[in-house]
Amino acid sequence: MTDDRPRGRALIELDRVEKRFDEVAALKGVSGSIMEGEFFSLLGPSGCGKTTLLRLIAGFDEPTRGAIAIDGKPMAGVPANLRPTNMVFQSYAIFPHLDVAQNVAYGLRRLRLGREETARRVEEALGMVDLAGYGKRAAHALSGGQRQRVALARALVMRPRVLLLDEPLSALDKKLREQMQVELRRLQRAVGITFILVTHDQEEALIMSDRIAVMFDGEIAQLASPETLYRRPVDRRVASFIGVMNFFDARVTGESAGLIELDVAGLGPVAIPPEQAPGGRNAAGTTVGIRPEMLTLLFSDTERAEHEVSGEVVDAVYYGDMTYYDLKLPGTERPATVSMRNTAGRPVLRPGDPARVGWGRESVILLA
Amino acid sequence: MARARGQGWLKGYAIGYLVFLYAPVFLLPIFAFNDSAIIAFPLSGFTTANFQQLWATDAMHGALVNSLQVAVAAAVISTLLGICAARASARYEFPGRRAIIGFIMLPLVLPEIIVAVALLVVLVQLGFALSLWTVVLGHVLVCTPFSIAILSSAFQNMDRSLEEASQDLGEGRMMTFLRVTLPLVTPGIVASLLIGFTISLDEFIIAFFLTGTEPTLPVYIWSQLRFTAKLPGVMALGCLLLVLSLALLCAAEYFRRRSARQTGSSGGYL
Amino acid sequence: MSRADAGAMPARPSGIRRLLRGEAAQGLVLVSPTFLYALLLLAAPLTLVLLISFWTQDYLELDRTFTTANYAEAWSDPLYRLLMGRSLVISGVVTLTTVLLAYPIAYFVAFHVERNKALWIFLITIPFWTSYLLRVFLWKVILGYNGVLNSALLGLGLVDQPLTFLLYNANAVVITLAHAWAPFAILPIYVALAKIDRSLLEAAEDLGDGPLRRFWRVTLPLSMPGVIAAALIVFIPTVGDYVTPRLVGGTDGLMIANMIQVQFGKANNAPLGAALAVSAMAIVAAISLVFLWLNRRFTRGGG
Repeated sequence: MTDDRPRGRALIELDRVEKRFDEVAALKGVSGSIMEGEFFSLLGPSGCGKTTLLRLIAGFDEPTRGAIAIDGKPMAGVPANLRPTNMVFQSYAIFPHLDVAQNVAYGLRRLRLGREETARRVEEALGMVDLAGYGKRAAHALSGGQRQRVALARALVMRPRVLLLDEPLSALDKKLREQMQVELRRLQRAVGITFILVTHDQEEALIMSDRIAVMFDGEIAQLASPETLYRRPVDRRVASFIGVMNFFDARVTGESAGLIELDVAGLGPVAIPPEQAPGGRNAAGTTVGIRPEMLTLLFSDTERAEHEVSGEVVDAVYYGDMTYYDLKLPGTERPATVSMRNTAGRPVLRPGDPARVGWGRESVILLA
Repeated sequence: MARARGQGWLKGYAIGYLVFLYAPVFLLPIFAFNDSAIIAFPLSGFTTANFQQLWATDAMHGALVNSLQVAVAAAVISTLLGICAARASARYEFPGRRAIIGFIMLPLVLPEIIVAVALLVVLVQLGFALSLWTVVLGHVLVCTPFSIAILSSAFQNMDRSLEEASQDLGEGRMMTFLRVTLPLVTPGIVASLLIGFTISLDEFIIAFFLTGTEPTLPVYIWSQLRFTAKLPGVMALGCLLLVLSLALLCAAEYFRRRSARQTGSSGGYL
Repeated sequence: MSRADAGAMPARPSGIRRLLRGEAAQGLVLVSPTFLYALLLLAAPLTLVLLISFWTQDYLELDRTFTTANYAEAWSDPLYRLLMGRSLVISGVVTLTTVLLAYPIAYFVAFHVERNKALWIFLITIPFWTSYLLRVFLWKVILGYNGVLNSALLGLGLVDQPLTFLLYNANAVVITLAHAWAPFAILPIYVALAKIDRSLLEAAEDLGDGPLRRFWRVTLPLSMPGVIAAALIVFIPTVGDYVTPRLVGGTDGLMIANMIQVQFGKANNAPLGAALAVSAMAIVAAISLVFLWLNRRFTRGGG
């Protein structure tokens, strides 16, 4: 388990930030710190307020209530052009009347660097995004991936304290997107600037981020490292938004020797340590979650697991390297999903086949 | 089969309709170069005398100069007013927006004689002497809606994040407008100037009511239409005006398309 | 959070600055020059015309005592009634003709022109940009006793004598106006037709409609807002047209605008002219409202 406490110095501090558009609350009091030099993601479904929060940090909108401070300075009343932030827009917002070099040099005008220094910085920034020598290209002659790189270079050349990225990869096709995810991560490590990424793609957030704030309905549901989010989601929404999760109805039956005793429908009794209940616990009816890869099918009688339960295959979906099984377990309506690696000699079961499922108590997460 | 036949029929109709639309326009050069004092068939021979006579008509020159002055002033003022209104309606949400813009666009559908009469009454009541400036006042009223129509699409088609990107990169409102917004809508502004100029140059009723002792070109033409002997000269003048209008329109269309290309949209001001 | 003790202060500048920074205020400030211009040079003059229509004129002096006598005269005098009625009828016929003639063109460009739509639209609008006066005058040349049309008909031996019903009557006014306002009718209909989602037409066909039924049940209803707009754009200004009746209308083709001009000019009776103008606008406005109501019904039905 990684240590989830933020390291280093807080660069951005959000203090109960609220934003209303007319009577609609887009943000309902968001607090938290974003650390210097970290890759931070705001993850959530559309309409959860993540882009609103990014625009508040950039200074395009003012919070209705609450305060934002960057580098210790309160940002109330400071317009976007005076903030130490730069943004990569979702549409990239490449100026169509300027060529690539002019686009990248746009913000340098005010720094009065002189022609040579400006050209040097532009070329350096273009080199950083693998576009060296593209300076004279017209904006409309660029591909989607190139526009994205120009937008990145244009923001990085300003050497901002914080780089804001508003769904920067959503307009790219899958292959290019996966390539850019790795590149962005590498770039962030290289320049050491704080990145804040807005995305609705959980995989993207997991791959790239140091820490992720998962947002629903204008609030942060959980702020943690990717691993913690995946392994210890605090509630059902977070658990089902990130990865695949099996949910089982459960009852807290008691507590002994520091363990929480549960009775899980379909799986039976189990006792778990409190750290497996990251969202706290309710008294009576509750839910537990188990990831599909934490459940195992036991193919031979000799295979053993800490807990075992018998069921029947309802559906099998073959993915090549993996097979996903839906299993009907006694005592629960909802089928449980199990993912199995297709190793040599391991059979693929068919619907109707009986199956034995094994699991361990460390895979059980009690959800708030 | 049925579709192809229907299409052929429609195309025939479309071409016939274009002939109807262009009939008067085609006649203009024919009679302008016709060597006869009467505007009628049969034609009697080719001449450029009508154009030469035009060259020697001082009254026409005076009217032309008046019209050019009025047209330039009307085009510039209406484009400036159009920029304000189009920018406001495309970029901002404010109470009564639809009503205000709708009211400004009203001269588009109002009979020109109503506009002319109303302005005349006010100017007379206020004791203003009629002059070319009073014509400009009226023409601005009629040209502004066209400017707004052209410029609105220019402003609307512009990705709003371009301006935000400029602010994000450190520029304030004023510099953002100068470095991003203005260059992107410049083709629209040029188109608006050209259209305003063309409309003002051709406008008759308002000029007829509001002009003082200095006639504009259409008012001059109107005065000439009564005299049969002057008609061939008027035809020649009309011919020149037609060529001028066409040149201006092609220029306006060119700039409009450039604007559409730059802002990354294909939409026109239709 | 370290700044928590400062409390969640509302992050907004107060007072007028806040007001001026507001989205709505900026929009209003920006639109105000144009709006003020329209208020001063359109709203105020129109209001004055309305006021004057309730006054009387004695040579050059305006008597500002309120009276409805001008309206009584405008609505009862047979000549004014005739001119008003004729204006409305001519405009109505012009509107009907123009829209009926324009629809197939708009349909053709919207559905059958694949690549050069913009060129067609440009071609259609060009004649509109040539001098209005000269266009009207040239119709006189075309339709006259010795005109182009009669010369052609005589030359082809289709008639023995020049046709006289072409010029100096209401027919000539209708033809000329239908020509002058053609682009204004074509464009709104074209826009409405171009907006129709092609898959709706395919759906209608897929559900068993032939081309005619499909047009009747899908295309026409969906393009109705454009048709209504076209009708309004043609109808309102043509009621007040001055040049066309004057040049090609003869005495039988004169319309209300010619009388309004006479009252403000030679007759020196601005109040009566104003009453005629206000009456004409009121009638036109009433008819337009009916049109708009129809428009709303169609758009609501069309979703």
